[in-house]
Amino acid sequence: MFLINCPYCGERDQQEFKAGGEAHIERPKQPTELSDDEWAEYLFMRKNIKGVQFERWNHAHGCRKWFNMVRDTSNDEIKAIYKMGEKPPSQ
Amino acid sequence: MTKNLRVKSSEYIDETNRISFKFNGKTYHGFKGDTLASALLANDVHLVGRSFKYHRPRGIMTSGSEEPNAIVQVNPGTNRTEPNVRATEVEIYNGLEASSQNCWPSVEFDIGGINNFLSPFFPAGFYYKTFMWPASFWEKYEFFIRHSAGLGKSPTSNDPDIYDHRNIHCDVLVVGAGISGILAAKNAAKNNFKTLLVDEKNELGGSTIFENNEFNKIDNKTPSEWLKKEIEEIKGIKNLEIKTRTSVAAYHQYNYLLARENLTDHLETKDKTHKIRQRLLKIRAKKVILATGALERPLIFNNNDRPGIMLSSAIKKYSEFYGVACGSKNVFFTNNDTAYESAMSLYNKGINIEAIIDIRDQSESKIVKKVKEAGIKIYWSHTVVDTAGYKRLNSVSIMKLSNDGTSVTGSKISISCDCLGVAGGWTPAVHLYTQSGSKLKFDEEKKVFLPSQNKSEQISVGACDGDFKLDEIIKNLNQKLKDNLNIKETDLDTIKVEIDQENSKRNIWLLPSDKPLGKTKPFVDYQNDATAKDIKLALREGFRSIEHVKRYTTTGMGTDQGKLGNMHALGIIADTAGVKMGELGTTTFRPPYTPLTFGTIVGRNVGKFFDIFRRTPMNDWHVENKAEFENVGQWKRAWYYPINGETMHQAVQRESKAARESAGILDASTLGKIDIQGSDASEFLNRVYTNAWSKLAIGKCRYGLMLNEDGMVYDDGVTTRLGENHYIMTTTTGGAANVLGKLEDYLQTEWPELDVYLTSVTDHYATASLCGPNSKKILKKIIPDLDLSDENFPHMSFKEAKIGNIKCRIMRISFTGEHSYEINVQASYGKDLWEKCIEAGKEFNITPYGTETMHLLRAEKGFIIVGQDTDGTMTPIDLQMDWIVSKKKYDFIGKRSLYRSDTMREDRKQLVGLLTDDPNIVLEEGAQIVSELNQNPVKMLGHVTSSYFSPNLKKSIALAVVRGGKDMMGKKLFVPMENKNINVTVANPVFYDEKNERLNA
Repeated sequence: MFLINCPYCGERDQQEFKAGGEAHIERPKQPTELSDDEWAEYLFMRKNIKGVQFERWNHAHGCRKWFNMVRDTSNDEIKAIYKMGEKPPSQ
Repeated sequence: MTKNLRVKSSEYIDETNRISFKFNGKTYHGFKGDTLASALLANDVHLVGRSFKYHRPRGIMTSGSEEPNAIVQVNPGTNRTEPNVRATEVEIYNGLEASSQNCWPSVEFDIGGINNFLSPFFPAGFYYKTFMWPASFWEKYEFFIRHSAGLGKSPTSNDPDIYDHRNIHCDVLVVGAGISGILAAKNAAKNNFKTLLVDEKNELGGSTIFENNEFNKIDNKTPSEWLKKEIEEIKGIKNLEIKTRTSVAAYHQYNYLLARENLTDHLETKDKTHKIRQRLLKIRAKKVILATGALERPLIFNNNDRPGIMLSSAIKKYSEFYGVACGSKNVFFTNNDTAYESAMSLYNKGINIEAIIDIRDQSESKIVKKVKEAGIKIYWSHTVVDTAGYKRLNSVSIMKLSNDGTSVTGSKISISCDCLGVAGGWTPAVHLYTQSGSKLKFDEEKKVFLPSQNKSEQISVGACDGDFKLDEIIKNLNQKLKDNLNIKETDLDTIKVEIDQENSKRNIWLLPSDKPLGKTKPFVDYQNDATAKDIKLALREGFRSIEHVKRYTTTGMGTDQGKLGNMHALGIIADTAGVKMGELGTTTFRPPYTPLTFGTIVGRNVGKFFDIFRRTPMNDWHVENKAEFENVGQWKRAWYYPINGETMHQAVQRESKAARESAGILDASTLGKIDIQGSDASEFLNRVYTNAWSKLAIGKCRYGLMLNEDGMVYDDGVTTRLGENHYIMTTTTGGAANVLGKLEDYLQTEWPELDVYLTSVTDHYATASLCGPNSKKILKKIIPDLDLSDENFPHMSFKEAKIGNIKCRIMRISFTGEHSYEINVQASYGKDLWEKCIEAGKEFNITPYGTETMHLLRAEKGFIIVGQDTDGTMTPIDLQMDWIVSKKKYDFIGKRSLYRSDTMREDRKQLVGLLTDDPNIVLEEGAQIVSELNQNPVKMLGHVTSSYFSPNLKKSIALAVVRGGKDMMGKKLFVPMENKNINVTVANPVFYDEKNERLNA
């Protein structure tokens, strides 16, 4: 059970949060201009890394804000947490 | 008459408080402070259970939670009964009953004991090898296996007790209140750390409070005397919360620990009622100090499991702490000095010590000298090769060990005895440490696994970190506290510790016998009857991984999780396979450390709190009017309203006819409602719905379909424009929370530039949906001054009005195809609104209808229900709803996916209507649809999604998804069922009032 430091509320128990998959996948601004393959890349392709992964999390049972988390999936160590729109910390 | 083996009055036993309890139906007496184990031992009862596989008689082996043998059924036959409870942990009280497990007809005479003599036929992996063939016999085998499997009996009636959960946040959690834990907690609390100290026992002090070695001293006092003073002192420290009878079950990452606090198990039954029995503590600690101590190891020799064979440290605890001698003729068998302390404890109380058998060739410590001076016979370099006595030990046979320890020589000596104390050294209790994800390292010299790489904010102190001697413990503890808590000085700086130096040790994992291994029974896992022979067999059969050997032999898989014997199993594997123990590693220690009852895990979340449910403001009316309910999401929705003993079918047929012929009313309060405001609200709706919203006039309603980015239908509902920048969106009942979440996600992450605010108002409004040709007349009666003409209040529009003083929002929208109104009021007026409608509708025979009728009515109109007619693989095109997909809009969620090669396939499953050739046959929802009956394998074209008998059309109707169904209008298909094939014809899904004339009727 992680202890997650919500950037808006502070440290809260994991059960207040919802995981939202890989972070920094931007919705294409002009989807109609994309080929099927390019659109599929956005739609379906996600990384599943053993190691450091950039993820989206939502404080669903709290402030309901989305934010980003850098987590090592091999040992669940949370390396960094930052707000939506902020630059990811250098790897 | 049984013997009384009380040997001294102990301060932990209240001899003025005599307690009567029953074991296996017989009444015994003990004292307040006794455990079931100590009280039985005081009555000279050793035989308490039978082993799992061979049904061998077994006795009490330990004095704590590591007990493998003495597991009992507490209060059998009552609703508080609990199986697999360790007799060493049960505190006795008047009226306690306990019984042996895994024996029939009794523990004294157990039919299953025959397995012991058949043991050559039950090798490791017996079940895997035997019940493999013929495969068809499995059901027969299963009956017998299930019958003989399991140890105790589960309760069959509801648990009468209350359980609770509590969250605790602390700076420092100290696990274990032995000498290390007490000193750690004291220093943490005194330095202003909010500290929690927990211990599984009812008394603080661990093993030090019954320490009797007169050569160990702290500040010139015996360690027990010194520690008692410390215990008194910490009880008054602020910042320090102490919890006894509290066992840490699990240590998760981020210093999240679960502990079970036992509050009433030691109380008499009459004092248990209306109290919380156990509380699950959910602890978040900034730092964790593990002071979990060490468990004494047994020695592995032939027939090492008879009742009367116990851990040496347990004998000492029973003697010093409970004032009970475990036998009258005692022998100790050891590889270190601790057995000598136990021997002296008994000797000092006048109990006979027949001999001490030591596998070492000498020891020079003071305690050993003392034993020699007492005239106790010591057999150096000897080992026990066999024991005798079926239900109670009566003798041990010993022989001289060879120099390399692998064989025995000389002649056999038999020593008569009724109790054998076994001391095989100590195993640090690192279970919680490894649960936290931290890593162990094998210490070759001490032959123990020790904490090595901490993964959390934690330290291990005392015996669980491999410090077994008092001086090491104090010195290392002091340094670790200073480093970890950042303290300059502690009161440990000035403590003077003197100890008896021993420390010649000799470790032999499997002791030799004069008989070959195949003829002996050296038990490694007592509870599951795994012997050294089984482990070696597993290795011979090719198992190498410790995890595989464990599962194949079931070593360490009992309720005790192999707390005693796992190390020996590892040692035997390492020796046999010729690998180093450090390379072999350990099996995984999994939570819980000791078993938890389900009650503790679920806490208050039982009965009506098991899963929360939501009720509409009109719920009481539905209950009073005998509605049947169905669960929709978390909501309890009125399903249908049977009258005069109607079946569901009869009620639904009546309700459906009434709604079309005169008037019906539906509680629609559960629909999700999202208030949308902001200057970009219209643009936002344009992006989330497939159709266009910018031109929707204020006061008008529009149906919208929401897709996922993959183009599949996600939700639908009607949205109303209340003002220039103000909409109210309705969603499906079950989808409300997810839709809000999805919209928030897009707003926060993809379109943060949009000025839009979303608020869930589902619970704020109650909604009554009035429908049918008389709905207008009924509404007119309730709100006389509202102009209900089609010109002023046409279909798909909205009005604000007042019923008396109550403000309401009325949408003229329809899910049934009839002229209808959805009236929304503040939730607290919901029942009032409903009753007003019912009252006003009486003259029109207004009929309340439930969700089933709603489903039927909308199916007559071919309206979809997201989640019933769609399943996450249907696009709007598949649903033949092309009309709602805007061709003009540049983008909306899911738009691009509608032009993927896959979503444009002609042969996708598409929504169609189905009519049965026999109008009285109603198809089953989910039934498969085929075009050919004689194909093999038959090609499945699709399935039925909604199916009803329509009372208004007087025939069976169905919606279905069928491959290429769009182009199959009029085609004959088949629905093959178990006993018949049903002929069907593809039809227009709009079965009723295709021209929508009734909307304005």
